[in-house]
Amino acid sequence: MSVGAVSVLRLVLRRELTLSFRRPGQLLQPLVFFLIVTTLFPLGLSPQLSLLRDMAPGVLWAAALLASLLSMDGLFKGDSEDGTLEQLVLSGQSLTLIVIAKTLAHWLVSGAALVVVSPIVATTLAVPVEAFPIMMLSLGLGTLTLSWLGAIGAGLTVGLRRGSVLLSLIVLPLAMPLLIFGANATDRAIGGESAAGALYFLAALCVFTTTLAPIAASVALRITLE
Amino acid sequence: MSTARCRLDVDQVHVWRGDRHVLRGTSFRLDGGEVLHVWGPNGTGKTTLLRVACGLLRPEQGTVSWLGRPITTIPADYQSALAYASHEAALKGDLTALENLRFTVGMKRTVSLAELKETLEKAGVGACADLPTRVLSAGQRRRVAMARVLAVRAPLWLLDEPYTNLDAHGAEFMSAMLAEHVERGGAAVVVAHHDLALGCAVRRLELAA
Amino acid sequence: MWTWFYRLASPPSVYRVAGVFAPWLLLSAAVFIVYGIIDGLAFAPPDYQQGDAFRIIYVHAPAGWLSMFAYTLMAIAGAVGLIWRIKMGHAVAAAVAPVGASFTVLGLVTGSLWGRPMWGTYWAWDPRLTSELILLFLYVGVISLRAAFEDPNRGDRAAALLAIVGVVNVPIIHYSVQWWNSLHQGATVAKFAKPSMPGSMLWPLLAMFMGYMLFFFGVLCMRVRAEILNRERQASWVREVVRA
Repeated sequence: MSVGAVSVLRLVLRRELTLSFRRPGQLLQPLVFFLIVTTLFPLGLSPQLSLLRDMAPGVLWAAALLASLLSMDGLFKGDSEDGTLEQLVLSGQSLTLIVIAKTLAHWLVSGAALVVVSPIVATTLAVPVEAFPIMMLSLGLGTLTLSWLGAIGAGLTVGLRRGSVLLSLIVLPLAMPLLIFGANATDRAIGGESAAGALYFLAALCVFTTTLAPIAASVALRITLE
Repeated sequence: MSTARCRLDVDQVHVWRGDRHVLRGTSFRLDGGEVLHVWGPNGTGKTTLLRVACGLLRPEQGTVSWLGRPITTIPADYQSALAYASHEAALKGDLTALENLRFTVGMKRTVSLAELKETLEKAGVGACADLPTRVLSAGQRRRVAMARVLAVRAPLWLLDEPYTNLDAHGAEFMSAMLAEHVERGGAAVVVAHHDLALGCAVRRLELAA
Repeated sequence: MWTWFYRLASPPSVYRVAGVFAPWLLLSAAVFIVYGIIDGLAFAPPDYQQGDAFRIIYVHAPAGWLSMFAYTLMAIAGAVGLIWRIKMGHAVAAAVAPVGASFTVLGLVTGSLWGRPMWGTYWAWDPRLTSELILLFLYVGVISLRAAFEDPNRGDRAAALLAIVGVVNVPIIHYSVQWWNSLHQGATVAKFAKPSMPGSMLWPLLAMFMGYMLFFFGVLCMRVRAEILNRERQASWVREVVRA
């Protein structure tokens, strides 16, 4: 009669995705933001293609991080405001499991969507097509790791005034290693060299964060709810 | 359900909110078949007491025990045994009433959509099953929240102002549900401003300023 | 045994003990620092490569080390408060945060001043300075988070969790910044060349380290006392102390 872990995962994933797709307009916001931020750089610097290609890894990654963080504070805020967060905490199921499901669902509609859109954005920055696979792989790993970090930040700042600014303040320093490895992987891919080293570090970071962050995020939620 | 054992002990609980000493050594004991009516003026900690009883809030001093064991040692078991209805209806506005129930009740036990629909009917909001809850009236949302409490089939009900927004019919229905629950051996802690006319014995706990 | 520990960790006894230690710590700190400054600035021989510019190491290196030490201490104190619910843990963590942040700023400023004669510029993304900068961001995050909560208990617990997450990340950040820097060696970035240290240079440095540590703990004792008075202001023993 009691509900198993896989069923809980499926149930929460389904709930989150249903909710996301009921407001399709909101799904587009991080993607548009991603595009807008990348446009700022050629406008601010120069449209010279060789310069853009050199800047591309940094610009792509900075824009992707900022766009992901933008939607992150909505992870728990909606549930906190209408009281359903308490119902989740009292559901008798592992809060860590619920956090994993919510964060994964959130990543699917924000981070993963960014990865899908990234070739378009990368083309505007003169990134060669051969670099796309590595770029997308690194962005995928990076946005996933960022989602886990963002979940911790979101758990800590739910219900605070100006919570979203504080969220970015907290999460961005923790995300700097991500940026370093991910941008480097993209850079090497653009230059035609092997990006294996950077990718391995990125993957290791991702695994490390995936293992520990959900626990930290569920502790953060319990602290907030007290 | 009548075979489910039921005993909640709240023992000398102290809670501070910042500088305010909100709960000062509050204690009560609740067995199956009993209703505890918590009442008192605003700001005296009624909701805080309920949240402590749920386990959402850990008291600075004192313990809460379920069936003789502190709830901090049996979190999952305790949560499976309780149904909490907060002051807000706690529904996702973009989901239909049925979906709301499915996602919350479904976490506690496997339940069919047909059964959930039946419970909504019982609560008088069967017609709202496929409507997003944001278009429902406050009274209808309260009834959907009540349907959730019913559907979970927990022995312990912790209800914060469950009569809010209910009309005369709704209030009658709520009292009938409470009476039925208690008759079957369940227990309930109800925070309410007014008297509970339940037709069964109601113990009262007053929280003073 | 635990009751002894809990009694020791009770606010009035920590207040008393910290009050006893503080003046001695600060006094001995002054002795070490005065010796270190005089010996380091006046008597240690100039480095054959950097001339007299290297002397800022006497102020810079201990500051950097202490900023790391303080963050770790803050995370441990926060963990004690979070896991075992010992309120003194949170008081210590709250007391350490601004002190640690100040040492970080000191490290950054002195590092920047050192950079001027070395690289000709006040900032050149040296890996150690960059790590210090990120550490400063982490400090600001913890301090801001604690301050953002209306309920001080929740603020303490949230800040403690963030400090723990931060302390786990610090080695990762260090390593990744080193890695990043090594990739871009070709550019004008130069690491702080650590001068090889004969005894006459080393002793004042060790004295400065010792002095900074003692100073840190002395200031920490004073700050913890202030935190205790604030947090326990409802308690009768505090009213006695304040009245006295």
